[in-house]
Amino acid sequence: MTSKSVRTTNAEPVQTLTAESERTTTTRPVRTRAAKSGRSQGLPVLGRFPVPLRILGYTAVAAVGLLYLMPFAIQLVTGFKTDPDAAAHPLGLIPTTPTTAAYQRLFGLSQAGDGVPFLRWLGNSAFIAVVVTTGRVLFDAMAGYALARLRFPGRTLLFGFIIAVMAVPGIALLIPRFLVLNTFGLFDTYTGMILPLLVDAAGIFIMKQFFESIPREVEEAARVDGAGVFRIFWSVVLPMARPALITLTILSFQGSWNEFTHFLVATQSSQYETLTTGLARLVSGGLGGGTQYPLKLAAALLSTLPVAALFFCFQRYFVQDANAGAVKE
Amino acid sequence: MSPVPPISPMPAEPAGGTAPAVTGGGSTTAGSPSEPDAPGGPGPAAAPHAKPAPRVGRRAEGVWGWLFVSPMVIVLGLFLVLPTLMALWVSLLDWDGQSNPFSGQADFVGLDNYRDLLTQDGLDRTLFATSLRNNFYYVLLTVPLQTVLALGLALIVNQRMLRGRGALRTTFFFPSVTSSIAVSTIFLFLFQGSGAVNTLLSWIGVKGPNWFTDPRGVLSLLLGGLGIVDPNRPAGVLADHSFMGLSWFEWLSGPSVAMCTIIALSVWTTSGTFMLIFLAALQNIPRELEESAAIEGVNRFEMLRHVTLPALRPVLFLVLTLGTIGTWQVFDQVYVMSQGAPGNTTLTPAFLSYSAAFGDADFGQGAAIAFLLLALILTMTGLQRYALRERTARPGRKR
Repeated sequence: MTSKSVRTTNAEPVQTLTAESERTTTTRPVRTRAAKSGRSQGLPVLGRFPVPLRILGYTAVAAVGLLYLMPFAIQLVTGFKTDPDAAAHPLGLIPTTPTTAAYQRLFGLSQAGDGVPFLRWLGNSAFIAVVVTTGRVLFDAMAGYALARLRFPGRTLLFGFIIAVMAVPGIALLIPRFLVLNTFGLFDTYTGMILPLLVDAAGIFIMKQFFESIPREVEEAARVDGAGVFRIFWSVVLPMARPALITLTILSFQGSWNEFTHFLVATQSSQYETLTTGLARLVSGGLGGGTQYPLKLAAALLSTLPVAALFFCFQRYFVQDANAGAVKE
Repeated sequence: MSPVPPISPMPAEPAGGTAPAVTGGGSTTAGSPSEPDAPGGPGPAAAPHAKPAPRVGRRAEGVWGWLFVSPMVIVLGLFLVLPTLMALWVSLLDWDGQSNPFSGQADFVGLDNYRDLLTQDGLDRTLFATSLRNNFYYVLLTVPLQTVLALGLALIVNQRMLRGRGALRTTFFFPSVTSSIAVSTIFLFLFQGSGAVNTLLSWIGVKGPNWFTDPRGVLSLLLGGLGIVDPNRPAGVLADHSFMGLSWFEWLSGPSVAMCTIIALSVWTTSGTFMLIFLAALQNIPRELEESAAIEGVNRFEMLRHVTLPALRPVLFLVLTLGTIGTWQVFDQVYVMSQGAPGNTTLTPAFLSYSAAFGDADFGQGAAIAFLLLALILTMTGLQRYALRERTARPGRKR
């Protein structure tokens, strides 16, 4: 259905002058991209559909786009509504009585902030995300480099192990992780929340792939100059790996910021609640005492913002990841 | 600073650095790394030292290698291998989470936890069977829907003449990067009894159900609507026979209305990720292929059917595999939106495992469910890998 409606927008030789100019403007970015990859010539292969069908196609595409945007728009607007307003007009895109009460509560500006220590959640999430991201980038890069370049006994075996680890579904590790944290006395501590997340197999895989694409001559030259293994890694190879490191940083930050299940089983007391576990408790336990949807949606919105900002700034790195996923399987 | 080592006779290519991730590039000229970078192996004996460049000894390199991987080995060993072994042990115990499970204080019950889940009549098995049924319907609907939707979105965004493709791609992909908890919160609001979705439905004269409190299976509703079965009082074969403690009718009643909201949520969030995978594959289709088809005079449908889709086949299988693996693990959404309610119709094995352990303090049972789920997912993955291998092994086949 969607695919069909879009195909109507498929384009080609143009009759009218306006359409001509439209074509040139829309194809330019494609051209440059195509030139880079040495592929397609920008122009589509099949003929363009007549105008009525094209309009229909654009309408359908816009409708699909709305389907993806509306939930976020409603979330944004509802955060500025009062509880009764949100309940009475769930679809209304303009609050009848605009209020920032929800945000005031979240930031502790009004006395009703009890039970929703939002700033504490935010602090925990930020702290953990920063530590985990730093650790992951460093350790994944080190392991990836060793697996790509250094020769040591057991390397093949370790790489096979990494591949196997990537196949283990995370959800099956819920109870096992709790057991090990509980046994070592790490349950309900920051250490227990952070340590298990410090390394991830997929990140190691990405880094290994990248290091293998760096020409060896560079390292050889440094070696001739008398640099040791660590020196070569730190001062020569790592700076060259910037694109991969940025990708890894973004993915690690997103992953640890959005992490939920691990924190759910690794902690118990409210002082360790993050944005995900705190919000989940607020939402799933909030059946009694009013629905408070403006508050919940505002909290959800704020918890999305950092990753959203990252996404809009570094979108192409997210895109790369999706394709890395295609390679690794 | 110059990247060219003086000893190499002729550096093959200018070091691009952006070269695609093939193996070692022009590195063979340098002599020392005679072994390719393929994951194949270190080939310790393979490197003849035909070059004079001073280099770190084999021994030292081995030490450095282990130093570099040690954080990974420690973390994965302590928090992946060890816990798995511990959980395997606990799944053989009757342990309530209080004592130390490794000191012999907990009762060793052998395979009882697994027996309770699979063969023994009782509440445990009924719940497990229910969770399997729920998740099965969830997978059955989510995977095809998200795959088709992702493919459709990729085809949209891949249209060269479409205005605003970049913005559309961003829009479609954005839900995928947000936290599952935040997105579930939004959907809870949208699907409330008097929420946005039901308001929309009322505009076209449909009275929407009370999404999160409706345990009725949609399939039984459909059959009931057609007058084939009475959903309230099923009779005959369907009610008389049962499997794993659930009657045939319960097995066949389909996902509940509540489950459908979770399905909608998953399809909506994951389609963006898979869209990107499809998009990359679409842009990799050789243009000559499409051009020659166009010269043959095919129409759009034929192009899609005979050129585009066959070229996408390997990626299609990848998406299906990833989708299946992901959907059998559904947990976050269930935790936030329904906690298994109403009437256990959104209970999934992952959530059952969690609630058995942390809710009912029956960690042995929870661990056993986790391992059964693990076995199930690995089997599915294996089967799909096998099927994928079969398909790609026949390159000449054109359908």
